[in-house]
This record gives sequence, C-alpha cells and structure tokens, in this order.
Amino acid sequence: MSRQRTRPADAAEADVLLDVDSVSVEFSVPDGTVEALRDVSVRVEKGETLGIAGESGSGKSTLALAIVRYLASNGHITDGSISFKGRDLYALSKGELRTIRGNEVAHVAQNPASALNPSMVIGEQIKETIDLHQDPESDEAAWDQVYEVLRQVNIPHPEYLADRYPSELSGGQQQRALIAIGLSCNPDLLILDEPTTGLDVTTQAKLLDLVRELKHDYDVGILLITHNLAVIAKIADRVNILYAGEVMEKGPVEEVFTNPANPYTQALLATTPELDREKDLRPIPGQIPGLTAIPDGCIFADRCDFATDECRAGSIPMETPTDDRETRCIRWEAATADPIAAGAATERHYDPGDVILEASDLEKHYDTATFLQNLVGGHEPVRAVDGVDLSIREGETVGLVGESGCGKSTLGRTLLHLHEPTAGSVSYRGTDVAEMSRRERREFRSECQIIQQDPEGSLNPRKRIRSIVERPLELFTDLDEAGREERVHELLDQVNLSHDLAANFPHELSGGQQQRVAVARAFAANPSLVVLDEPVSSLDVSVQASILNLLDDLREAYDTSYLLISHDMGVIKTICDRLSVMYLGQIVESGSLDEVFTPPYHPYTRSLLSSIPSLDPHEEGSRIHLEGDVPDARDPPSGCSFCTRCPEKIGEVCETDDPALEPVGGPEGAAHQLSCHHEDDELSEEIENL
Amino acid sequence: MATESAPSLTERIAAPDVVRDLLTNPKAVVGLAILVPVVAVSALGPMLAPYDPVAVHPADAYLGPLSSGPNGMYLLGTDHLGRDLLSRIIVGSRPSLLLGFGATGLSLLLGVPIGLTAGYSKGRVDELLMRLMDIMMSVPVLLLGVLILVVLPSSLFNIVLAIGVVFVPRIARVTRSATLSVSEEPYVLAAKARGESDPYILFREILPNVTAPIVVEGSIRIGYAVMVGTSLSFLGLGTGPPHPDWGFMINTARLHIYSTPWFLLWPSIALLATIMATNLLGDGLRDVLDPRAIEDGDGL
Repeated sequence: MSRQRTRPADAAEADVLLDVDSVSVEFSVPDGTVEALRDVSVRVEKGETLGIAGESGSGKSTLALAIVRYLASNGHITDGSISFKGRDLYALSKGELRTIRGNEVAHVAQNPASALNPSMVIGEQIKETIDLHQDPESDEAAWDQVYEVLRQVNIPHPEYLADRYPSELSGGQQQRALIAIGLSCNPDLLILDEPTTGLDVTTQAKLLDLVRELKHDYDVGILLITHNLAVIAKIADRVNILYAGEVMEKGPVEEVFTNPANPYTQALLATTPELDREKDLRPIPGQIPGLTAIPDGCIFADRCDFATDECRAGSIPMETPTDDRETRCIRWEAATADPIAAGAATERHYDPGDVILEASDLEKHYDTATFLQNLVGGHEPVRAVDGVDLSIREGETVGLVGESGCGKSTLGRTLLHLHEPTAGSVSYRGTDVAEMSRRERREFRSECQIIQQDPEGSLNPRKRIRSIVERPLELFTDLDEAGREERVHELLDQVNLSHDLAANFPHELSGGQQQRVAVARAFAANPSLVVLDEPVSSLDVSVQASILNLLDDLREAYDTSYLLISHDMGVIKTICDRLSVMYLGQIVESGSLDEVFTPPYHPYTRSLLSSIPSLDPHEEGSRIHLEGDVPDARDPPSGCSFCTRCPEKIGEVCETDDPALEPVGGPEGAAHQLSCHHEDDELSEEIENL
Repeated sequence: MATESAPSLTERIAAPDVVRDLLTNPKAVVGLAILVPVVAVSALGPMLAPYDPVAVHPADAYLGPLSSGPNGMYLLGTDHLGRDLLSRIIVGSRPSLLLGFGATGLSLLLGVPIGLTAGYSKGRVDELLMRLMDIMMSVPVLLLGVLILVVLPSSLFNIVLAIGVVFVPRIARVTRSATLSVSEEPYVLAAKARGESDPYILFREILPNVTAPIVVEGSIRIGYAVMVGTSLSFLGLGTGPPHPDWGFMINTARLHIYSTPWFLLWPSIALLATIMATNLLGDGLRDVLDPRAIEDGDGL
C-alpha cells in the first residue's frame, strides 16, 4: 500500500483544514504560570494524517484541547491563532463553536474507559451526537446511522453492541466506540489523543489499520497525538516532534525518521527499543525541564550533545534544512552530519548458574464468587495462572511476555508467594516455599524482591525517600543507624539519585526518579532474584532506556537474576537472556531470545511479533490479525487455549486436545519449547518485518 | 511483630510542617481561633467564672443581659433562679467538651483498629466484624445511649463510655472503606514482599494513608458527641442539676423560651460555635495531612 505524501507548500489554501499559527498557551498555577506551549504552529490538510509525537509534559494534549477550545479554566492562549477552514476558532460564539465541535472537528479523548459514560449504552452515546448535530428525520434513521458508524469502525454485530454498556466491551472495542462517536457526524478533522495507549499490541495493530482505512475512505484530516513513535511511523504522513511545549522538528515521516535533523529527534529514536534492530539503548541525559521559568535559548540545550553557548542565548528560530522540513536547531547541520545514534548491541554474556527459583505446575485461581453465588454453587473461578512450569537460574534474566490479562503479573506474584498458589509448588534453592520455616521464609523474603509497574504507587506517599530505602536494611541487616545511612547513600549513588532527595516525599520526584527509588529499595538487602513487573511501562521512552540500562548494570554488580514481566517485546529484547510467552494463564512458548525470535514460532508468538509496529516508516510488514478477544479466564476454551483466535488452527484436534509444551526438534532440542499441534516445520515461515 | 525503631530523623522533621501548614489554612485557622479559647475557658473554668455557677440569687432572677441586680452586674443575664448565665456557660463547657473529645477518642481507639483489620483481611473476618458493626448501627444512637445509661449509673465517665461505644461502628466503617482501597496499593504489596508483619503493615503503611477520612469523620463526631451528650442531658440523663451543663441549660431554658429567650440563646451559641469549630478544624486537617492534595488540585 503506498501512502500519499502531500507537501504543504504545494497544497492549495482550500485544503488546509486546521491552521495553528504560532500559538502559546499558559496555565496559571499557585506558584506562577506554566508556559505549556510556546510558538507552536501546526497545519493539517484534507486527507492527511499529521502525527504529533512527544513525551509526557511536552504539551501534546494541551495542544489538542486548545484546538477544540477545551482548555482548563486556568489555561488560556496568550499568542497566535487557531483557525479551522479559515475561521478563527477563538473568535466564534459559543453557539458557532458547538456546531463545529463534534460535527466538523471530532476530538477522541484518551482513555476510552473513562471517556465513555458508564451508565449509558454505546448506541445511545453515539446517537446523542447525531441527534445534536444532524437533526435526523426519525429515531429509526438515527439508529441506522449509529449502526452504520459502528460498522465503519469494524465493530462486529453493531445492533448487538450498540445495546451494551461500556463495561461490557473490551478495551479495543471501547476505543472503537469512542472513534465511532467522533465519526458519527462525518467530521472533516479527527483529533485522536493517544488512541492506542493502553491497548495490547494485537489490538493496536487492528486499530492502526482502521485509522488508515478511515483516512483513505473518508478523506478526513487526522491529527494523531501519541508518545509512541512507531505508531506515527506506521500511519502518519507528516510528523511534528514536540518537546517541553515547543515543536522541535517537523516534516514528512519518512525523512524525519530516517534522517532526523534535530538532536532531540535523534536522541528519541536512539532511545526507543526496536525489535528489528540490535542496538544498545542510548538514554537521554537529564529530564524534561519545568515550564514555570523558561530559560533563554534552546529548551533542549541542557540535554543536548551538540549544544554550544550560542544555543543558550536568545530565541531559537525554526531552520529549514529542506523545503518541506523545519527544525528548531541552529546546529542542525552539525547534528545531521554526525547524528546521535544508538550504539551497536554489546554481546550479552550468558553464563547461568544453579536454579534459584523453580515453579512446577503452578496454578492460581481466583474465586470471584460472592457469598450468594457460593450458596447457589456452580461458579467458576478465574484461572489466572493455569499450570505453569518455570525456572530461573543464577545470573540470568528471564522474560515473561504476554498481553494484558494473560496472568503474567499474577504468575510473578505467585512465584514470590505474595499470592498463595492454588496448586503446584514454588521452590527456592530446592526448598518448597510453602513449607519453609519462619527463618527460611525471612531469608526468602530478603533474597527475592519485586519492582512494580507504578513507581509512585509502590512508594508509601507518607514516607520520605530515606525511610523507604532504609526499611529493608532495618529488616534484613544488622547495620546500626550510621551504617544504614551510609548504605542508603551508597544505594542512591548506585541508582544515580542525589542525596538531597533522601528527605523528599515520593510525590516530589519524577516518575523516573521514583522508579530509581524502588530499584534502590529492592537492591538494599542484596537480593539474588528480583521480579520486575512492567518496570518501565509507565515511563517515557527516554527515561525507560536509562532505567533498563541501570537494571542491567545492577544485575552485573550484584550478580542478581531477574524475571522481567512485560507486554513490550522491545523491552524484553533489550535485557533478557531467555523468554517465555504466556497466553491465558499458560506458557505457550519458551526458549532463548534467539530461539523465540526465530522460527519455528508458536502461532501466538508469531501474531504478537508481527503486530509490533516498526520505527522504520518504509516497513510494510504483513500483520496477522487475531480475531476476537482473549477468552474469559473463567471459562477457557477446551483443548488449546489459543484455538479460538488461532489463524493456523488445524481443526477439531485443537478444540479437544490441549497440546503440551514440547521441545522443538525432538527431546534433544531441550531449551526451545512450544505447545502446538502443528509440526515444527509447519511453523517455520519467516516474519517479514523481523 | 517487627521491632519498631525510634522515630527516624525524617519523621521528626514532619511534625512542624503540619503545624505550619495548619496555620496557613484558613479553615483550620478559623476553627482553631474558636476552639482554642473555648478549650482554654473550659480548662480554667471556675477561675474565670465571675460568680458561683450554682449560687442562687432569688433577687436577681430573670435579669436580661448587661443588667445589674442587687448582687451585682451580669454580663449575659441570669436564669429563673438568679444564677449567672455566663458563669454557668463557662463552667458547663467542661462536661460538654470532655464528652466531645473523650467519646470521640474512645470511638477512634476502638473503631480504627476494627476498621483496619476488617478492610485489610477482607473475607470472613471482614464479614464478621462489619455485620457486628451493622447490628450496633441498627439501633438509633440516642436509644442506645439511653439504654447504656439505664444500666450504668449516670456519671460523666459513663456518658463518655456510652457515646464512645455508640460511635465505634461509624468510625470503623469509614476506616474500613479507606483501608479497602489503600490495601490494594502497590506499596502494601511491596511491604508484604519484604515480609513485614501484619501490625506493621496496618499501622505503619496503611494507617498514615487513611488518616484523612478518619480525621474528618472524627472531627464531625466531636460535634455529634457534644450534641448527643447535650441531648442525653436534656432528657435528664446527664450529670444532673445543679451542676451546669449546656444540654441541661437548654432543657431548663425551654420553659422560658417566650419570656426570656436568652436563656436558650447563650448555651445554643456556645454549642453551635464549638461544633462548627471542630468541623472546620477537621476540614483543615484533612487538607494539610494529605501531602498530595494541593498538587493534585491545581488543575494541571
């Protein structure tokens, strides 16, 4: 499929839908004003997709809200203008604005779960917008339109789903329903704010194809806002890179991604993990500046490798390397001549020792039945973990990957006996954890730590950083107060945090700093195994790389093993030695990184890998679309758990027999195992984009 | 149970912060501005009272505010027996306040651990504790108070006990509901992963994070306790005459409401101001105790 690239210079004025002209937005806050956007110009034309990429705090959502005049009451535009089809949006009356909002410009908010009204069925919510703007002839006509628009967003059985409440829909369906509301009045401009955030990769892949189709079929202009560069590479025509409220670079996606002319874009690309390239992630030093006092010069200067004194004075204009590209960098020539790039991957040396933790036939079922349901009986438990064998050896990093709801976090917690297993056992260095004495259990707790996904949540908001890091030392070591303080400082050094932060409360730290504190706490008592439960998924990519590198360094320094739980194959690929793929409470494939990433593939692994968008905009990998949703874990399919969605299903055997996890290439193949009824060579087709 | 270390340096720093923040919070300042004098007056009590609150001066009966009788000048006037109303309000504040703070303190002491345990353990323990609390709550407050006081002799201590027990289920419920969500927080899981004991998790990890609703509920309870106490006293179940007490004063004033409304007015104002002050202080404390509240509320 070829994509049309329209050049703004050639485009007729009439084709410009949205013209944001050097807009600045300020928010008044108790300690001053936050200059959230400064001199931002954005243009969207008919039938094009403009991607706005930026990390959190870059002002990308503020931009979206400013466009629909929906800024919070303490925010206002101080400079510039926003016009839609030539009309100044800020000069319109409330009534005129209402006819444009929802009708001509549709804003699809982040987080569909909260953007949809939970007490109203989906159809009613779509019909609301239609009734308001389209004045349909009759109720039936309106409902026909509702079904039609649901069909447009590829929702199966629209008549049935229109009558469901949002909570009865899957995450992907909710996002579709939200887009359907946006599309219901055939808008000319669709603003998608983080449309795929929170969706699984397989769902994301389907949604991205939908957005592409919409652009193609309905000729709408799309403003796509996301932190995910690969999403932009996949579906946008042009891209604007936003950083700390300023546009750093703009231009056609292909050129910006292959030959970035701004150090920030270069750094951002170098810090993003990729499946199809071996690279050492290169973190961006420092952090995004606070926007209350904007320094002179380039906003990125403090984190930039090319910055000179010149960069720290005056205002930095947009330079134009070529006709259709702009970059806010006076040193762009130097930057393009010798771009910032990720280093070549260092060879991981892999020399595992004895088994530390071993799970055999582990099961964890949740009984969600209420008291009444228990009385009536016949209620099925949720089979979150359903018969898993897993072992972790000294000095290795084992990845556990799977989509949301597959039971990977539950497995991680059950391995640490934070949840009591329903059946099966976990043994730590040969001793069954369930049968440990008090002293052994204490030893186990000090040796096996966990780092969780939500860094702010994992730190008690009422405790200062020092007490948080000190607590494991009080519990597990004999150090006196002075010794503990010294160790706390040593740990803060190791995670690159300033000692001054010790007296702060967690909420005073950035997300990356919070996660460093959690890392320091986990390593305080010198653990031999750390379970990393999505340790970087809530962090920005630039921070993500530095945390991953930190974890990798600490593993060497402390000779620790990791179980890395993640939904992100890129992250797994960066630091793991071995990998297990989980689906619906079971492990469907496991082996070394190379073995899992090369054929033969389990059909589920194949669809996961092929769903991940690449940073390379030329890549047109063929995606395998999984049908339907992950089945209810209360009632898993009989036979192979993946049979309801498997694109390579053989037939009845898949529905009746549950395939065992078997070594590839016979018993000698030991390490690489997968569970499928297909013969190994039938699963050996290459994946194009890997 | 885990050995508790002496409060670390960091916790010692925290205390002045709360005081400072409290003094810059308008609600708390107004609350304190009323409550501090009220508490001081009730503590000094008889020393401040211009007259003996129980001394009867038949010649000075029914005097209006700011009027003088044969025995002297009365700022707030006198009642039907010629007793100085100001002195009676000053001295009568003590049982009312003791009741408010004592009963609330008792209900917190019992209710908070019950709520924490129920919310953290979930399951059967939770069911058992909360159904017990439901049974207690199903009896109207005043009726339960009256029942307890019928069995026990009517003394201030027993009134405190009665009201304190009556309020336990309410405190327990509020604590439990806050605990339910806080116990799902990742830092509680992190504490379990460190092998912390249950009491440590309950009192050191969870309790500091559920104080806001408890403080608010507690401050409302102070006002309620004073009110229930005055109601009991009004019904004649208080410490009884001749000792002054706001509730009993209001009861007596009832008979004279048309002729001399100020009998009723002064104790009612005292009662109202005290209850309002505790509520304001509770609101202020809630703002101050949650370090994230201010940052979260700035609309960005």
